[in-house]
Amino acid sequence: MTTTKSDVLLHTPGHVKHDGHNLTGFIIFLCSESIIFFAFFVGYGVLKLTAPTWYPDGVSGIAVREPLINTIILVSSSFVIYFAERYLHKKNYWGFRIVWLVTMLMGSYFVYGQYIEWSELTFSLSSGVFGSLFYLLTGFHGIHVISGILLMGLMLIRSFIPGNYERGEMGVESVSLFWHFVDVIWIILFVLIYVWQ
Amino acid sequence: MTITNYDERIIKSNHPIPGAPNNWRRFFGFNTDAKVIGIQYIVTALVFLLLGGLLGMLIRGELITPPSDLFDPTVYNGLYTMHGTVMLFLFLFPILSGLTNLLVPPMIGAPDMAFPKLNALAFWLVPVFSIVLLTSFFVPGGPASSGWWSYPPVSIQNPLGHFLNGQMLWIVAIGLSGVSSIIGAINFVTTIIQMRAPGMGFFKMPIFIWTVLAAQILQLLGLPALTGGAIMLFFDLNFGTSFFNPETGGDPVLFQHFFWFYSHPAVYVMVLPVFGIFSELFPAYSRKPLFGYKFVAVASFGITILSLVVWVHHMFYTGTPMWMRNLFMFTTMLIAVPTGVKVFAWIATLWGGNLRLNTPMLFCLGGLFNFIFGGITGVMLATVPIDIHVGNTYFVVAHFHYIIFNTIAFGIFAGIYHWFPKFTGRMFYEGLGKVHFALTFIGATLNWLPLHWAGLLGMPRRVASYDPEFAIWNVIASIGAFLLGVASIPFILNMVSSWSRGKKAPPNPWNAIGLEWLLPSPPPHENFEDDIPTVLNEPYNYGLNKPFVLDEEFYISKALNDS
Repeated sequence: MTTTKSDVLLHTPGHVKHDGHNLTGFIIFLCSESIIFFAFFVGYGVLKLTAPTWYPDGVSGIAVREPLINTIILVSSSFVIYFAERYLHKKNYWGFRIVWLVTMLMGSYFVYGQYIEWSELTFSLSSGVFGSLFYLLTGFHGIHVISGILLMGLMLIRSFIPGNYERGEMGVESVSLFWHFVDVIWIILFVLIYVWQ
Repeated sequence: MTITNYDERIIKSNHPIPGAPNNWRRFFGFNTDAKVIGIQYIVTALVFLLLGGLLGMLIRGELITPPSDLFDPTVYNGLYTMHGTVMLFLFLFPILSGLTNLLVPPMIGAPDMAFPKLNALAFWLVPVFSIVLLTSFFVPGGPASSGWWSYPPVSIQNPLGHFLNGQMLWIVAIGLSGVSSIIGAINFVTTIIQMRAPGMGFFKMPIFIWTVLAAQILQLLGLPALTGGAIMLFFDLNFGTSFFNPETGGDPVLFQHFFWFYSHPAVYVMVLPVFGIFSELFPAYSRKPLFGYKFVAVASFGITILSLVVWVHHMFYTGTPMWMRNLFMFTTMLIAVPTGVKVFAWIATLWGGNLRLNTPMLFCLGGLFNFIFGGITGVMLATVPIDIHVGNTYFVVAHFHYIIFNTIAFGIFAGIYHWFPKFTGRMFYEGLGKVHFALTFIGATLNWLPLHWAGLLGMPRRVASYDPEFAIWNVIASIGAFLLGVASIPFILNMVSSWSRGKKAPPNPWNAIGLEWLLPSPPPHENFEDDIPTVLNEPYNYGLNKPFVLDEEFYISKALNDS
């Protein structure tokens, strides 16, 4: 029994799917990234339950209204990005670009809202356990949101390259996946910091 | 979507593929060939082995006499901290990444790693964080000196008040090392899952591939916890936050959890590929099939899963409640089961085999012997009462050196010798190899065996001076350490002279089974290019009439012609 070259190529995993590696790699990266957040969340929970003093002096709680609006915007952007992807699947490139841009704007509004919240707070990174954890968690998440927006900008620019999508939509899929990830992390974070007071 | 290197090769597969320029300069530049990167990793790591070994010998030089006379105690603190950090993050992790890079693509029949550019990036981070770490010798206040585990509150002290201090550089270096390891792990896992040769199902993979997969998944799950802890430690040290600072309400023990959640599995990240090397070499040099292939394969994942739930055994004496101690004592002892499965399988493989005692096999046997010894002291340490008695003594130091050096480094040396002909195309000098083994085995035994007694008698670790009653054990240990230093001379001589002037190696000098042995020595840039063999069986059927790949004769003669 002999095999021919084409038999081998047909049967080799990885030879056929081009985008497979990249998306798999990216999903593995996200799993790993979520462990860092998991470590921070565990740290938050443990210190919240055991720290002798929690809020800094003069602080009794944290306002929920503005962060809630922010949350609603970020969570809905996860649905908006899904529609952008659907436009792309249907090869409606302008529809994709516009809805993609809307997602970017919603993300930017979230960052702006976060900035406003930070600038109005009366405590800082070095005011006790709560201050440290609050700025660490929201800051680390904020870096992820900003990275997501920058990556979306990159994808938007690349959508103007002729023939960009002939070899698949791996970049858009990955960024969209990243955006859902950032969103889920925020929901957990919101529950921990704002709901569990 | 840009077209990846890998796709290009498939499109161009009808043409001869221009390999990397075959000269030594490619080892000094940014190269995306996994075989070049592997050798870059290994050589870099061996240089750091010399540095870490030198630091170790300085420590043993100080400890040869009871009073602290060679160094100031502060300098001594820096020495053992840097010795541990250099050995783990600059020697062991990089050298295992190197072996993995060399071996994974040929062993699974892939042309290269899934992400060649990321692979090169992961390697080039090694010199970057090494420089960051070693710079700390020259900053005011000297290098980090809170031990390789950097427990707060000691590690968040910055008495001189400089932003650029040894501890801060240590944290940055560990963070960068983590980035490099995660990039590597993503690459290895993707490659193994998606790029195996046709027919190579999971239960036909070599055990080395199983153990690398298990180790790298462990890396992905554990390492981010240390990174998270290191970020918090960095803020505590430099920006006055209070995560781990007890003065402002923080919890120093929390850091210990983050640290050991990764750093215990880290030992398995290092030892699993070595188990893989043992499982490859014992069958090849005993001429017998690997005993219980499937059990050995699955045991790797048993170790991965269990090692994620044992970390608190490092903290039995740091205020851990009794129920937690008992729970983690139980899980820790449980991990001896999958490990025992492997040890049993190796011994059963050796049993009645036709042993060939060349250098790689000697290192394997030495490593296995030491591992059984270190494993037994490991079970002793898992027992809460014993651990509380000997915790923070030289018993612990002796135990983990029996694992980290006497097992892991022995396995690494075995792997380097075994695959040296494959990747350099030259045979090494057997005599020098045997001298290297003899010196290493005697040196390592003299160095760490006596320290068990010193530890049981209560000699505390991490102190520059000690009670004169421990002197005899320490003198023997120091002689062993210097002997290990001497052992590096035949090794370096052997590697350098064999690589430049050794006898040309045939494609399969050991008559071993495995896809990598069906390639010429050294393998071409793309390994099998587009003639990837179809795997029929696992690569351990020595002496059985089971074919390994479809059309094996074709590949054997092709490799002979290309060599």
